[in-house]
Amino acid sequence: MEMKMEEYAIIDDYLCIKMPGEVDHHGAATIRECADQLILDDKVKNIVFDFENTTFMDSSGLGIIIGRYRKISCFGGKVYAINASERIGRLLRASGMSSIIEILT
Amino acid sequence: MENENGTRRRKQFVENDICIEFDAVSENEGLARVVIAAFISRADPTLDELEDVKTAVSEAVTNAIIHGYREQGGRVVMRAHLTEENELSVEIIDRGVGIADVAQAMQPLYTSAAENERSGMGFSFMEAFMDRLEVESSIGEGTVVHMWKSFGAEEELMPILQAAVWNSSGRV
Repeated sequence: MEMKMEEYAIIDDYLCIKMPGEVDHHGAATIRECADQLILDDKVKNIVFDFENTTFMDSSGLGIIIGRYRKISCFGGKVYAINASERIGRLLRASGMSSIIEILT
Repeated sequence: MENENGTRRRKQFVENDICIEFDAVSENEGLARVVIAAFISRADPTLDELEDVKTAVSEAVTNAIIHGYREQGGRVVMRAHLTEENELSVEIIDRGVGIADVAQAMQPLYTSAAENERSGMGFSFMEAFMDRLEVESSIGEGTVVHMWKSFGAEEELMPILQAAVWNSSGRV
């Protein structure tokens, strides 16, 4: 499992994940495994997906978000998306993600 | 370019056709996106149209890998055709397990791979980002996903995706 430490950070009770340039099924498994392992950390309550580097995302990205949301929402955690480009932001909103995550611009 | 009476002649697009076959491994999802992007670059797509086609192809190829071949490997064929009228036709073909109920599979948010965290939005994305989508499948023989898109149309695509998703139960 390739986990680059600079892509994941725990700040207070937020797990911050720097999403890769292309978010697809190929990259999803790694993100899922790394995030889920870090979510086991007692400190982690909320998740922030940072899309600053993301130029492409298909429905696999939504699966990652929904999966992590399910994991932490039962403990009262919240999921955020930050630094999304115009297109990625539109994709998140149009597919209904704003009903479960907060998209911050 | 100008005609005799001073009107601008429409840019003539060249008909083109490709067919590539590749292993059904997730590495090739990105490959398929790059190939289709290169193929349609001569059609002068807008940035949004380019991203739309890449996304739709990514979804179809991913489906072939995950569902068609259940991630056990196989071969995926991508055929693409551009007409002189600048219409793109793409076929993603697998010889995998096939879909028992295509109508059910195409329902927004339906997935047969929930344990894999599949969102069930693959077909919705394809329908939203392409003009037309047809799926043919036979159990035990495979699946053909056929999509069309004309470049230069003024449509607003995101609302289509929104409608496709919200017309379902809306549950997440």
